[in-house]
Amino acid sequence: MLRLTNVKKTFNPGTVNEKVAINGITLTIEDGEFATIIGSNGAGKSTLFNCIAGSFYPDEGSVKLDERDITFVPDYKRATQIGRLFQDPMRGTAPNMTIEENLTLAYLRASKKGRGSAFSRMSVQERKLFRERLALLGMGLEDRMKQPVGLLSGGQRQALTLLMAATLVPPKILLLDEHTAALDPATAEKVLDLTKRVVEENHLACLMITHNMHSALELGNRTLMMDSGKIVLDIQGKEREGLTVDGLLQRFSVGAGKELDNDRILFSK
Amino acid sequence: MGSLLSLPVVISALELGFIYALVALALFLSFSILKIADLSTDGCFTLGCAVGAQVAIMGHPILALPAAMLAGVCSGFIMAMLQTKMGVEPILSGIIVNTGLYTVNLAVMGFSSNLSIFKADTIYTLFQDWLGNTWYRLIVSIILVVIVCVVLGWFLGTRLGLSIRATGDNTDMVKASSINPGFTVTVGLCVSGALTALSGCLIGHYQKMCDINLGTGMVTIALASLIIGETLIGKGSVKRHIAGVILGSCLYRFAMAIALRLHVPAECLKLVSAVIVAVAIAAPYLKQRAAFQKRKMAAMAARKGGNDA
Ligand SMILES: Nc1ncnc2c1ncn2[C@@H]1O[C@H](COP(=O)(O)OP(=O)(O)OP(=O)(O)O)[C@@H](O)[C@H]1O
Ligand SMILES: [Mg+2]
Repeated sequence: MLRLTNVKKTFNPGTVNEKVAINGITLTIEDGEFATIIGSNGAGKSTLFNCIAGSFYPDEGSVKLDERDITFVPDYKRATQIGRLFQDPMRGTAPNMTIEENLTLAYLRASKKGRGSAFSRMSVQERKLFRERLALLGMGLEDRMKQPVGLLSGGQRQALTLLMAATLVPPKILLLDEHTAALDPATAEKVLDLTKRVVEENHLACLMITHNMHSALELGNRTLMMDSGKIVLDIQGKEREGLTVDGLLQRFSVGAGKELDNDRILFSK
Repeated sequence: MGSLLSLPVVISALELGFIYALVALALFLSFSILKIADLSTDGCFTLGCAVGAQVAIMGHPILALPAAMLAGVCSGFIMAMLQTKMGVEPILSGIIVNTGLYTVNLAVMGFSSNLSIFKADTIYTLFQDWLGNTWYRLIVSIILVVIVCVVLGWFLGTRLGLSIRATGDNTDMVKASSINPGFTVTVGLCVSGALTALSGCLIGHYQKMCDINLGTGMVTIALASLIIGETLIGKGSVKRHIAGVILGSCLYRFAMAIALRLHVPAECLKLVSAVIVAVAIAAPYLKQRAAFQKRKMAAMAARKGGNDA
Protein backbone atom coordinates (compact mmCIF):
# COMPACT_ATOMS: atom_id res chain seq x y z
CA MET A 1 0.00 0.00 0.00
CA LEU A 2 1.27 3.44 -0.93
CA ARG A 3 0.24 6.40 1.16
CA LEU A 4 1.05 10.02 0.32
CA THR A 5 0.24 12.61 2.96
CA ASN A 6 0.06 16.26 2.02
CA VAL A 7 3.02 16.11 -0.37
CA LYS A 8 4.26 19.46 -1.66
CA LYS A 9 7.02 20.31 -4.08
CA THR A 10 8.09 23.74 -5.29
CA PHE A 11 10.81 24.20 -7.89
CA ASN A 12 13.22 27.15 -7.62
CA PRO A 13 11.56 28.63 -4.53
CA GLY A 14 12.14 32.33 -3.97
CA THR A 15 13.15 33.07 -7.55
CA VAL A 16 11.23 34.40 -10.52
CA ASN A 17 11.10 30.85 -11.78
CA GLU A 18 9.29 29.63 -8.71
CA LYS A 19 6.86 26.89 -9.66
CA VAL A 20 4.61 25.00 -7.34
CA ALA A 21 4.53 21.62 -9.07
CA ILE A 22 2.78 19.59 -6.37
CA ASN A 23 0.46 21.42 -4.06
CA GLY A 24 -0.59 19.18 -1.21
CA ILE A 25 -1.46 15.75 -2.50
CA THR A 26 -2.91 13.12 -0.20
CA LEU A 27 -3.49 9.76 -1.79
CA THR A 28 -3.72 6.11 -0.82
CA ILE A 29 -3.25 3.30 -3.30
CA GLU A 30 -4.08 -0.17 -2.01
CA ASP A 31 -2.36 -3.34 -3.16
CA GLY A 32 -3.99 -4.59 -6.33
CA GLU A 33 -5.38 -1.17 -7.13
CA PHE A 34 -4.68 0.11 -10.64
CA ALA A 35 -5.20 3.86 -10.95
CA THR A 36 -4.86 5.83 -14.16
CA ILE A 37 -3.83 9.47 -13.98
CA ILE A 38 -4.76 12.13 -16.52
CA GLY A 39 -4.16 15.85 -16.61
CA SER A 40 -2.83 18.58 -18.86
CA ASN A 41 0.84 19.22 -19.57
CA GLY A 42 2.62 20.60 -16.56
CA ALA A 43 -0.09 19.44 -14.16
CA GLY A 44 2.59 17.80 -12.01
CA LYS A 45 2.05 14.15 -12.88
CA SER A 46 5.68 13.28 -13.53
CA THR A 47 6.74 15.32 -10.53
CA LEU A 48 4.41 13.24 -8.38
CA PHE A 49 6.09 10.09 -9.69
CA ASN A 50 9.50 11.56 -9.01
CA CYS A 51 8.51 12.14 -5.40
CA ILE A 52 7.23 8.59 -5.07
CA ALA A 53 10.29 7.05 -6.72
CA GLY A 54 12.72 9.31 -4.88
CA SER A 55 14.26 11.11 -7.87
CA PHE A 56 13.94 14.13 -5.62
CA TYR A 57 12.56 14.64 -2.16
CA PRO A 58 9.32 16.54 -1.46
CA ASP A 59 9.45 19.83 0.45
CA GLU A 60 6.65 18.81 2.74
CA GLY A 61 4.57 15.77 3.52
CA SER A 62 5.43 12.10 3.64
CA VAL A 63 5.55 9.07 1.38
CA LYS A 64 4.87 5.71 2.99
CA LEU A 65 5.07 2.27 1.49
CA ASP A 66 3.42 -0.41 3.64
CA GLU A 67 3.59 1.93 6.63
CA ARG A 68 7.34 2.37 6.20
CA ASP A 69 8.26 6.01 5.80
CA ILE A 70 10.34 6.26 2.62
CA THR A 71 10.13 10.02 2.13
CA PHE A 72 13.90 10.45 2.33
CA VAL A 73 15.13 7.02 1.25
CA PRO A 74 17.46 7.34 -1.78
CA ASP A 75 15.93 6.29 -5.09
CA TYR A 76 18.19 3.29 -5.71
CA LYS A 77 17.23 1.83 -2.34
CA ARG A 78 13.52 2.21 -3.03
CA ALA A 79 13.95 0.50 -6.36
CA THR A 80 13.62 -2.91 -4.74
CA GLN A 81 9.97 -2.07 -4.14
CA ILE A 82 9.14 0.43 -6.86
CA GLY A 83 9.19 -0.38 -10.57
CA ARG A 84 9.08 2.48 -13.04
CA LEU A 85 8.66 2.93 -16.78
CA PHE A 86 9.20 6.16 -18.69
CA GLN A 87 7.83 7.55 -21.90
CA ASP A 88 11.26 7.20 -23.47
CA PRO A 89 11.86 3.50 -24.22
CA MET A 90 15.61 4.16 -24.01
CA ARG A 91 15.56 5.00 -20.33
CA GLY A 92 14.82 1.59 -18.90
CA THR A 93 17.54 -0.55 -20.45
CA ALA A 94 21.29 -0.42 -21.07
CA PRO A 95 21.69 -0.35 -24.88
CA ASN A 96 25.22 -1.71 -25.16
CA MET A 97 24.54 -4.73 -23.01
CA THR A 98 22.79 -7.88 -24.12
CA ILE A 99 19.20 -8.73 -23.27
CA GLU A 100 20.37 -11.40 -20.90
CA GLU A 101 22.79 -9.05 -19.13
CA ASN A 102 20.05 -6.48 -18.71
CA LEU A 103 17.79 -9.10 -17.21
CA THR A 104 20.56 -10.27 -14.86
CA LEU A 105 20.91 -6.74 -13.54
CA ALA A 106 17.19 -6.34 -13.06
CA TYR A 107 17.16 -9.67 -11.28
CA LEU A 108 19.72 -8.32 -8.79
CA ARG A 109 16.86 -6.79 -6.88
CA ALA A 110 15.71 -10.28 -5.97
CA SER A 111 19.00 -11.44 -4.56
CA LYS A 112 19.61 -8.34 -2.50
CA LYS A 113 20.03 -10.17 0.77
CA GLY A 114 23.04 -12.18 -0.35
CA ARG A 115 25.42 -9.29 -0.75
CA GLY A 116 28.17 -11.85 -1.34
CA SER A 117 26.55 -12.61 -4.66
CA ALA A 118 28.25 -9.56 -6.18
CA PHE A 119 30.89 -11.86 -7.64
CA SER A 120 28.55 -14.54 -8.88
CA ARG A 121 27.68 -14.93 -12.52
CA MET A 122 24.47 -15.67 -14.33
CA SER A 123 23.45 -19.24 -13.51
CA VAL A 124 21.92 -21.80 -15.83
CA GLN A 125 18.62 -21.71 -13.96
CA GLU A 126 18.51 -17.94 -14.27
CA ARG A 127 19.08 -18.12 -17.98
CA LYS A 128 16.24 -20.62 -18.24
CA LEU A 129 13.99 -18.39 -16.19
CA PHE A 130 14.82 -15.41 -18.42
CA ARG A 131 14.03 -17.43 -21.52
CA GLU A 132 10.67 -18.48 -20.16
CA ARG A 133 9.75 -14.94 -19.18
CA LEU A 134 10.85 -13.50 -22.51
CA ALA A 135 8.80 -16.11 -24.35
CA LEU A 136 5.71 -14.81 -22.54
CA LEU A 137 6.12 -11.47 -24.32
CA GLY A 138 5.50 -13.21 -27.64
CA MET A 139 8.05 -11.04 -29.46
CA GLY A 140 10.63 -13.70 -30.18
CA LEU A 141 13.11 -12.04 -27.85
CA GLU A 142 13.93 -15.37 -26.19
CA ASP A 143 15.99 -16.27 -29.26
CA ARG A 144 17.92 -13.00 -29.21
CA MET A 145 19.20 -13.08 -25.66
CA LYS A 146 22.82 -12.52 -26.69
CA GLN A 147 22.03 -9.42 -28.73
CA PRO A 148 22.58 -5.90 -27.44
CA VAL A 149 19.34 -4.24 -26.38
CA GLY A 150 20.21 -1.27 -28.59
CA LEU A 151 19.20 -3.36 -31.60
CA LEU A 152 15.60 -3.73 -30.41
CA SER A 153 12.73 -1.54 -31.51
CA GLY A 154 11.17 0.93 -29.06
CA GLY A 155 8.19 -1.31 -28.42
CA GLN A 156 10.38 -4.34 -27.82
CA ARG A 157 12.55 -2.35 -25.45
CA GLN A 158 9.52 -1.09 -23.57
CA ALA A 159 8.15 -4.62 -23.24
CA LEU A 160 11.53 -5.77 -21.98
CA THR A 161 11.62 -2.90 -19.49
CA LEU A 162 8.18 -3.89 -18.27
CA LEU A 163 9.46 -7.40 -17.75
CA MET A 164 12.48 -6.09 -15.86
CA ALA A 165 10.57 -3.59 -13.75
CA ALA A 166 7.46 -5.54 -12.94
CA THR A 167 7.55 -9.29 -13.43
CA LEU A 168 11.05 -10.58 -12.90
CA VAL A 169 11.00 -9.31 -9.34
CA PRO A 170 7.49 -8.00 -8.65
CA PRO A 171 7.68 -4.60 -6.95
CA LYS A 172 5.11 -3.35 -4.45
CA ILE A 173 4.10 -0.54 -6.74
CA LEU A 174 4.51 0.06 -10.44
CA LEU A 175 4.75 3.60 -11.86
CA LEU A 176 4.03 4.00 -15.57
CA ASP A 177 4.72 7.46 -17.01
CA GLU A 178 3.09 7.54 -20.47
CA HIS A 179 4.98 4.37 -21.20
CA THR A 180 3.21 3.76 -24.51
CA ALA A 181 3.30 7.33 -25.81
CA ALA A 182 6.31 6.78 -28.06
CA LEU A 183 4.97 3.59 -29.62
CA ASP A 184 2.84 3.05 -32.70
CA PRO A 185 -0.84 2.25 -31.97
CA ALA A 186 -0.53 -1.50 -32.54
CA THR A 187 2.56 -1.86 -30.40
CA ALA A 188 1.10 0.44 -27.77
CA GLU A 189 -1.94 -1.83 -27.62
CA LYS A 190 0.31 -4.84 -27.17
CA VAL A 191 2.31 -3.22 -24.38
CA LEU A 192 -0.90 -2.09 -22.68
CA ASP A 193 -2.29 -5.63 -22.79
CA LEU A 194 0.94 -6.84 -21.32
CA THR A 195 0.72 -4.19 -18.62
CA LYS A 196 -2.77 -5.28 -17.72
CA ARG A 197 -1.70 -8.89 -17.47
CA VAL A 198 1.39 -8.13 -15.42
CA VAL A 199 -0.51 -6.00 -12.94
CA GLU A 200 -3.27 -8.57 -12.51
CA GLU A 201 -1.02 -11.60 -12.25
CA ASN A 202 1.26 -10.05 -9.68
CA HIS A 203 -1.49 -8.22 -7.81
CA LEU A 204 0.52 -4.97 -7.98
CA ALA A 205 -0.49 -1.52 -6.96
CA CYS A 206 -0.10 0.50 -10.12
CA LEU A 207 -0.23 4.15 -11.16
CA MET A 208 -0.37 4.89 -14.86
CA ILE A 209 -0.10 8.34 -16.42
CA THR A 210 -1.73 8.54 -19.83
CA HIS A 211 -2.96 11.14 -22.27
CA ASN A 212 -5.35 8.70 -23.83
CA MET A 213 -8.75 9.23 -22.20
CA HIS A 214 -9.97 5.87 -23.45
CA SER A 215 -7.22 3.88 -21.80
CA ALA A 216 -7.65 6.04 -18.72
CA LEU A 217 -11.22 4.82 -18.35
CA GLU A 218 -10.80 1.35 -19.73
CA LEU A 219 -7.76 0.22 -17.79
CA GLY A 220 -7.60 -0.26 -14.06
CA ASN A 221 -10.22 0.43 -11.43
CA ARG A 222 -9.68 4.05 -10.54
CA THR A 223 -9.06 7.29 -12.43
CA LEU A 224 -7.38 10.38 -11.03
CA MET A 225 -7.26 13.72 -12.73
CA MET A 226 -4.60 16.26 -11.86
CA ASP A 227 -4.46 19.98 -12.46
CA SER A 228 -1.98 22.59 -11.20
CA GLY A 229 -0.37 20.22 -8.73
CA LYS A 230 -3.60 18.97 -7.23
CA ILE A 231 -5.82 15.95 -7.65
CA VAL A 232 -9.06 17.51 -8.84
CA LEU A 233 -10.97 14.35 -9.59
CA ASP A 234 -10.88 10.86 -8.11
CA ILE A 235 -13.33 8.46 -9.67
CA GLN A 236 -13.74 4.81 -8.75
CA GLY A 237 -16.27 2.04 -8.28
CA LYS A 238 -19.85 2.44 -9.51
CA GLU A 239 -19.29 6.03 -10.46
CA ARG A 240 -16.58 4.99 -12.90
CA GLU A 241 -18.57 2.29 -14.63
CA GLY A 242 -20.28 3.55 -17.73
CA LEU A 243 -18.46 6.87 -17.62
CA THR A 244 -17.69 8.11 -21.14
CA VAL A 245 -14.86 10.32 -22.31
CA ASP A 246 -17.31 13.19 -22.70
CA GLY A 247 -18.60 12.60 -19.21
CA LEU A 248 -15.07 12.61 -17.87
CA LEU A 249 -14.24 15.88 -19.63
CA GLN A 250 -17.33 17.43 -18.20
CA ARG A 251 -16.46 16.25 -14.71
CA PHE A 252 -13.02 17.75 -15.20
CA SER A 253 -14.26 21.22 -16.05
CA VAL A 254 -16.44 21.12 -12.97
CA GLY A 255 -13.59 19.86 -10.77
CA ALA A 256 -10.88 22.19 -12.05
CA GLY A 257 -13.16 25.12 -12.79
CA LYS A 258 -11.91 25.35 -16.37
CA GLU A 259 -11.87 23.53 -19.67
CA LEU A 260 -9.17 20.94 -20.23
CA ASP A 261 -6.71 22.61 -22.53
CA ASN A 262 -4.36 20.08 -23.91
CA ASP A 263 -3.36 19.25 -27.43
CA ARG A 264 -1.97 15.90 -26.53
CA ILE A 265 -5.09 14.36 -25.05
CA LEU A 266 -6.59 11.87 -27.43
CA PHE A 267 -10.28 12.25 -27.96
CA SER A 268 -10.54 9.33 -30.31
CA LYS A 269 -13.86 7.61 -29.87
CA MET B 1 61.84 -5.17 -43.55
CA GLY B 2 64.20 -7.68 -41.97
CA SER B 3 66.67 -4.95 -41.13
CA LEU B 4 63.86 -2.75 -39.90
CA LEU B 5 62.59 -5.23 -37.36
CA SER B 6 65.30 -7.40 -35.92
CA LEU B 7 64.42 -9.93 -33.24
CA PRO B 8 65.51 -7.78 -30.28
CA VAL B 9 63.44 -4.90 -31.61
CA VAL B 10 60.40 -7.14 -31.98
CA ILE B 11 60.86 -8.56 -28.51
CA SER B 12 61.24 -5.21 -26.84
CA ALA B 13 58.23 -3.80 -28.72
CA LEU B 14 56.17 -6.74 -27.53
CA GLU B 15 57.45 -6.38 -23.97
CA LEU B 16 56.49 -2.73 -23.84
CA GLY B 17 53.27 -3.43 -25.71
CA PHE B 18 52.15 -5.90 -23.09
CA ILE B 19 53.20 -3.80 -20.12
CA TYR B 20 51.57 -0.62 -21.42
CA ALA B 21 48.49 -2.63 -22.39
CA LEU B 22 47.59 -2.56 -18.70
CA VAL B 23 47.16 1.22 -18.79
CA ALA B 24 45.07 0.86 -21.91
CA LEU B 25 42.95 -1.71 -20.08
CA ALA B 26 42.55 0.77 -17.23
CA LEU B 27 41.29 3.34 -19.72
CA PHE B 28 39.06 0.72 -21.28
CA LEU B 29 37.39 0.50 -17.89
CA SER B 30 37.24 4.21 -17.09
CA PHE B 31 36.86 5.69 -20.56
CA SER B 32 35.03 3.09 -22.67
CA ILE B 33 32.92 1.51 -19.95
CA LEU B 34 32.33 4.22 -17.34
CA LYS B 35 32.62 7.06 -19.91
CA ILE B 36 34.88 9.01 -17.57
CA ALA B 37 37.99 10.74 -18.95
CA ASP B 38 40.48 9.89 -16.22
CA LEU B 39 43.25 12.48 -16.37
CA SER B 40 44.89 11.18 -13.22
CA THR B 41 46.35 8.35 -15.32
CA ASP B 42 49.74 10.04 -15.71
CA GLY B 43 50.24 10.57 -11.99
CA CYS B 44 48.84 7.20 -11.07
CA PHE B 45 51.26 5.50 -13.45
CA THR B 46 54.25 7.22 -11.83
CA LEU B 47 52.82 6.41 -8.41
CA GLY B 48 52.78 2.72 -9.24
CA CYS B 49 56.32 2.96 -10.54
CA ALA B 50 57.58 4.79 -7.46
CA VAL B 51 55.89 2.47 -4.96
CA GLY B 52 56.97 -0.61 -6.92
CA ALA B 53 60.55 0.64 -7.05
CA GLN B 54 60.72 1.47 -3.35
CA VAL B 55 59.30 -1.89 -2.29
CA ALA B 56 61.74 -3.66 -4.62
CA ILE B 57 64.63 -1.67 -3.15
CA MET B 58 63.48 -2.82 0.26
CA GLY B 59 63.97 -6.35 -1.05
CA HIS B 60 60.44 -7.48 -1.86
CA PRO B 61 60.15 -7.56 -5.66
CA ILE B 62 57.00 -9.70 -5.64
CA LEU B 63 55.29 -7.70 -2.93
CA ALA B 64 55.99 -4.62 -5.06
CA LEU B 65 53.16 -5.58 -7.43
CA PRO B 66 50.28 -5.70 -4.94
CA ALA B 67 51.74 -2.69 -3.13
CA ALA B 68 51.70 -0.64 -6.32
CA MET B 69 48.19 -1.81 -7.11
CA LEU B 70 47.02 -0.80 -3.66
CA ALA B 71 48.49 2.65 -4.18
CA GLY B 72 46.60 2.83 -7.48
CA VAL B 73 43.39 1.82 -5.74
CA CYS B 74 43.86 4.69 -3.29
CA SER B 75 44.38 7.14 -6.13
CA GLY B 76 41.25 5.87 -7.90
CA PHE B 77 39.30 5.97 -4.66
CA ILE B 78 40.15 9.62 -4.00
CA MET B 79 39.14 10.54 -7.51
CA ALA B 80 35.87 8.64 -7.12
CA MET B 81 35.13 10.38 -3.82
CA LEU B 82 35.67 13.78 -5.44
CA GLN B 83 33.21 12.82 -8.16
CA THR B 84 30.52 10.97 -6.26
CA LYS B 85 30.55 12.68 -2.87
CA MET B 86 31.67 16.20 -3.67
CA GLY B 87 30.19 16.82 -7.10
CA VAL B 88 33.50 17.59 -8.82
CA GLU B 89 33.38 17.13 -12.59
CA PRO B 90 35.19 13.94 -13.69
CA ILE B 91 37.77 15.79 -15.79
CA LEU B 92 38.50 18.25 -13.00
CA SER B 93 38.78 15.58 -10.35
CA GLY B 94 41.33 13.79 -12.54
CA ILE B 95 43.36 16.97 -12.92
CA ILE B 96 43.22 17.66 -9.18
CA VAL B 97 44.33 14.15 -8.26
CA ASN B 98 47.06 14.26 -10.89
CA THR B 99 48.43 17.50 -9.50
CA GLY B 100 48.39 16.19 -5.95
CA LEU B 101 50.03 12.96 -7.00
CA TYR B 102 53.12 14.81 -8.22
CA THR B 103 54.04 15.67 -4.64
CA VAL B 104 53.01 12.27 -3.36
CA ASN B 105 55.19 10.61 -5.97
CA LEU B 106 58.17 12.77 -5.05
CA ALA B 107 57.63 11.86 -1.41
CA VAL B 108 57.47 8.15 -2.22
CA MET B 109 60.74 8.52 -4.11
CA GLY B 110 62.31 10.16 -1.07
CA PHE B 111 62.13 13.64 -2.58
CA SER B 112 64.48 12.92 -5.42
CA SER B 113 63.34 13.06 -9.00
CA ASN B 114 64.65 9.63 -9.87
CA LEU B 115 65.25 6.33 -8.26
CA SER B 116 67.43 3.47 -9.42
CA ILE B 117 66.80 -0.19 -8.63
CA PHE B 118 69.89 -1.57 -10.34
CA LYS B 119 71.18 -3.14 -7.17
CA ALA B 120 67.97 -4.80 -6.08
CA ASP B 121 66.07 -7.73 -7.53
CA THR B 122 63.03 -6.95 -9.68
CA ILE B 123 60.09 -9.13 -10.62
CA TYR B 124 61.95 -9.77 -13.88
CA THR B 125 65.43 -10.55 -12.55
CA LEU B 126 63.87 -13.12 -10.22
CA PHE B 127 63.13 -15.25 -13.28
CA GLN B 128 66.14 -14.28 -15.39
CA ASP B 129 68.24 -17.37 -14.70
CA TRP B 130 65.32 -19.64 -15.11
CA LEU B 131 63.87 -18.30 -18.38
CA GLY B 132 67.01 -17.23 -20.24
CA ASN B 133 68.39 -13.79 -20.98
CA THR B 134 66.53 -13.19 -24.24
CA TRP B 135 62.99 -14.04 -23.29
CA TYR B 136 62.56 -13.60 -19.55
CA ARG B 137 61.09 -10.13 -19.62
CA LEU B 138 58.65 -10.92 -22.38
CA ILE B 139 57.49 -14.16 -20.77
CA VAL B 140 56.99 -12.60 -17.34
CA SER B 141 55.10 -9.65 -18.87
CA ILE B 142 52.86 -11.88 -20.96
CA ILE B 143 52.03 -14.14 -18.02
CA LEU B 144 51.16 -11.21 -15.79
CA VAL B 145 49.07 -9.46 -18.42
CA VAL B 146 47.23 -12.64 -19.34
CA ILE B 147 46.39 -13.23 -15.68
CA VAL B 148 45.09 -9.66 -15.41
CA CYS B 149 43.03 -10.04 -18.60
CA VAL B 150 41.45 -13.30 -17.46
CA VAL B 151 40.57 -11.85 -14.08
CA LEU B 152 39.23 -8.64 -15.63
CA GLY B 153 37.16 -10.57 -18.18
CA TRP B 154 35.74 -12.72 -15.42
CA PHE B 155 35.08 -9.72 -13.20
CA LEU B 156 33.15 -7.84 -15.88
CA GLY B 157 30.84 -10.84 -16.23
CA THR B 158 29.92 -10.93 -12.55
CA ARG B 159 26.95 -9.04 -11.18
CA LEU B 160 29.20 -6.30 -9.87
CA GLY B 161 31.01 -6.10 -13.19
CA LEU B 162 27.72 -5.94 -15.08
CA SER B 163 26.56 -3.10 -12.84
CA ILE B 164 29.76 -1.20 -13.59
CA ARG B 165 29.23 -1.70 -17.32
CA ALA B 166 25.63 -0.55 -17.05
CA THR B 167 26.64 2.58 -15.12
CA GLY B 168 28.33 4.08 -18.16
CA ASP B 169 25.53 2.87 -20.39
CA ASN B 170 22.42 3.98 -18.51
CA THR B 171 22.61 5.29 -14.96
CA ASP B 172 18.82 5.34 -14.56
CA MET B 173 18.70 1.65 -15.26
CA VAL B 174 21.40 0.97 -12.68
CA LYS B 175 19.40 2.84 -10.05
CA ALA B 176 16.27 0.97 -11.07
CA SER B 177 18.15 -2.25 -10.37
CA SER B 178 18.68 -0.97 -6.81
CA ILE B 179 22.39 -0.37 -7.29
CA ASN B 180 24.04 2.83 -6.13
CA PRO B 181 25.81 4.26 -9.21
CA GLY B 182 28.22 6.10 -6.91
CA PHE B 183 29.36 2.74 -5.64
CA THR B 184 29.89 1.22 -9.08
CA VAL B 185 31.82 4.29 -10.25
CA THR B 186 34.03 3.99 -7.18
CA VAL B 187 34.76 0.31 -7.72
CA GLY B 188 35.42 0.90 -11.41
CA LEU B 189 37.87 3.74 -10.78
CA CYS B 190 39.66 1.77 -8.06
CA VAL B 191 40.17 -1.20 -10.38
CA SER B 192 41.26 1.12 -13.15
CA GLY B 193 43.75 2.84 -10.81
CA ALA B 194 45.13 -0.55 -9.75
CA LEU B 195 45.77 -1.52 -13.38
CA THR B 196 47.47 1.79 -14.19
CA ALA B 197 49.71 1.54 -11.15
CA LEU B 198 50.57 -2.09 -11.89
CA SER B 199 51.66 -1.04 -15.35
CA GLY B 200 53.82 1.71 -13.85
CA CYS B 201 55.34 -0.76 -11.41
CA LEU B 202 56.22 -3.19 -14.20
CA ILE B 203 57.80 -0.43 -16.28
CA GLY B 204 59.88 0.60 -13.28
CA HIS B 205 61.09 -2.95 -12.79
CA TYR B 206 61.66 -3.32 -16.51
CA GLN B 207 63.80 -0.20 -16.80
CA LYS B 208 65.25 -0.68 -13.32
CA MET B 209 64.59 2.92 -12.54
CA CYS B 210 61.85 5.36 -11.79
CA ASP B 211 61.58 8.95 -12.92
CA ILE B 212 59.14 11.58 -11.69
CA ASN B 213 58.14 12.43 -15.28
CA LEU B 214 57.72 8.82 -16.36
CA GLY B 215 53.96 9.06 -16.64
CA THR B 216 53.82 12.24 -18.70
CA GLY B 217 51.61 11.75 -21.76
CA MET B 218 50.60 8.26 -20.65
CA VAL B 219 46.91 8.98 -21.02
CA THR B 220 47.34 9.87 -24.70
CA ILE B 221 49.37 6.76 -25.45
CA ALA B 222 46.92 4.50 -23.64
CA LEU B 223 44.01 6.13 -25.41
CA ALA B 224 45.74 5.56 -28.75
CA SER B 225 46.23 1.88 -27.97
CA LEU B 226 42.62 1.57 -26.91
CA ILE B 227 41.33 3.22 -30.06
CA ILE B 228 43.68 1.35 -32.41
CA GLY B 229 42.33 -1.84 -30.86
CA GLU B 230 38.72 -0.72 -31.20
CA THR B 231 39.28 0.29 -34.81
CA LEU B 232 40.89 -2.99 -35.79
CA ILE B 233 38.87 -5.49 -33.80
CA GLY B 234 35.69 -3.50 -33.33
CA LYS B 235 33.56 -2.96 -30.28
CA GLY B 236 32.28 -6.45 -29.73
CA SER B 237 32.03 -8.44 -26.54
CA VAL B 238 34.19 -7.68 -23.54
CA LYS B 239 36.65 -10.47 -24.41
CA ARG B 240 37.10 -9.13 -27.91
CA HIS B 241 37.55 -5.66 -26.56
CA ILE B 242 40.27 -6.78 -24.16
CA ALA B 243 42.10 -8.64 -26.93
CA GLY B 244 41.83 -5.51 -29.08
CA VAL B 245 43.35 -3.36 -26.37
CA ILE B 246 46.42 -5.60 -26.14
CA LEU B 247 46.78 -5.76 -29.90
CA GLY B 248 46.46 -1.97 -30.11
CA SER B 249 49.10 -1.47 -27.47
CA CYS B 250 51.57 -3.80 -29.22
CA LEU B 251 50.94 -2.17 -32.61
CA TYR B 252 51.57 1.25 -31.13
CA ARG B 253 54.91 0.05 -29.79
CA PHE B 254 55.81 -1.41 -33.19
CA ALA B 255 55.02 1.91 -34.81
CA MET B 256 57.29 3.67 -32.35
CA ALA B 257 60.03 1.08 -32.82
CA ILE B 258 59.88 1.55 -36.58
CA ALA B 259 60.03 5.31 -36.19
CA LEU B 260 63.17 4.89 -34.09
CA ARG B 261 64.73 2.55 -36.65
CA LEU B 262 63.98 5.11 -39.35
CA HIS B 263 66.21 7.45 -37.36
CA VAL B 264 63.48 9.77 -36.26
CA PRO B 265 65.33 11.78 -33.63
CA ALA B 266 64.30 11.02 -30.06
CA GLU B 267 63.14 14.61 -29.53
CA CYS B 268 60.53 14.12 -32.25
CA LEU B 269 59.02 10.95 -30.77
CA LYS B 270 56.27 12.80 -28.93
CA LEU B 271 55.17 14.37 -32.20
CA VAL B 272 55.19 10.98 -33.90
CA SER B 273 53.10 9.56 -31.11
CA ALA B 274 50.64 12.46 -31.30
CA VAL B 275 50.28 11.85 -35.04
CA ILE B 276 49.66 8.15 -34.46
CA VAL B 277 47.01 9.00 -31.87
CA ALA B 278 45.29 11.49 -34.16
CA VAL B 279 45.30 9.04 -37.08
CA ALA B 280 44.02 6.23 -34.90
CA ILE B 281 41.17 8.35 -33.59
CA ALA B 282 40.27 9.81 -36.97
CA ALA B 283 40.52 6.52 -38.89
CA PRO B 284 37.09 5.08 -38.02
CA TYR B 285 35.40 8.34 -38.95
CA LEU B 286 37.31 8.73 -42.20
CA LYS B 287 36.55 5.12 -43.09
CA GLN B 288 32.87 5.80 -42.58
CA ARG B 289 33.03 8.97 -44.64
CA ALA B 290 34.77 7.17 -47.47
CA ALA B 291 32.15 4.42 -47.48
CA PHE B 292 29.41 7.05 -47.48
CA GLN B 293 30.98 8.90 -50.40
CA LYS B 294 31.32 5.67 -52.33
CA ARG B 295 27.68 4.81 -51.81
CA LYS B 296 26.67 8.32 -52.81
CA MET B 297 28.72 8.09 -56.01
CA ALA B 298 27.23 4.69 -56.82
CA ALA B 299 23.71 5.98 -56.22
CA MET B 300 24.32 9.07 -58.38
CA ALA B 301 25.78 6.94 -61.17
CA ALA B 302 22.79 4.62 -61.01
CA ARG B 303 20.42 7.59 -61.20
CA LYS B 304 22.18 8.98 -64.22
CA GLY B 305 22.08 5.58 -65.88
CA GLY B 306 18.33 5.37 -65.17
CA ASN B 307 17.66 8.79 -66.78
CA ASP B 308 19.49 7.88 -69.93
CA ALA B 309 17.57 4.68 -70.46
N1 LIG C 1 13.37 19.81 -12.52
C1 LIG C 1 12.49 20.82 -12.62
N2 LIG C 1 12.88 22.09 -12.38
C2 LIG C 1 12.01 23.11 -12.47
N3 LIG C 1 10.72 22.97 -12.79
C3 LIG C 1 10.25 21.74 -13.05
C4 LIG C 1 11.12 20.60 -12.98
N4 LIG C 1 10.39 19.50 -13.27
C5 LIG C 1 9.15 19.94 -13.52
N5 LIG C 1 9.04 21.28 -13.38
C6 LIG C 1 7.83 22.07 -13.54
O1 LIG C 1 6.83 21.48 -12.75
C7 LIG C 1 5.60 21.47 -13.44
C8 LIG C 1 5.05 20.06 -13.49
O2 LIG C 1 5.84 19.29 -14.36
P1 LIG C 1 5.57 17.77 -14.65
O3 LIG C 1 6.72 17.26 -15.42
O4 LIG C 1 5.25 17.08 -13.38
O5 LIG C 1 4.30 17.81 -15.57
P2 LIG C 1 3.46 16.62 -16.20
O6 LIG C 1 2.13 16.65 -15.55
O7 LIG C 1 4.22 15.37 -16.13
O8 LIG C 1 3.31 17.10 -17.70
P3 LIG C 1 3.39 16.28 -19.06
O9 LIG C 1 2.02 15.81 -19.34
O10 LIG C 1 3.81 17.30 -20.06
O11 LIG C 1 4.38 15.20 -18.90
C9 LIG C 1 5.85 22.06 -14.80
O12 LIG C 1 5.38 23.38 -14.81
C10 LIG C 1 7.33 22.03 -14.97
O13 LIG C 1 7.77 23.17 -15.67
MG1 LIG D 1 5.26 14.08 -17.58
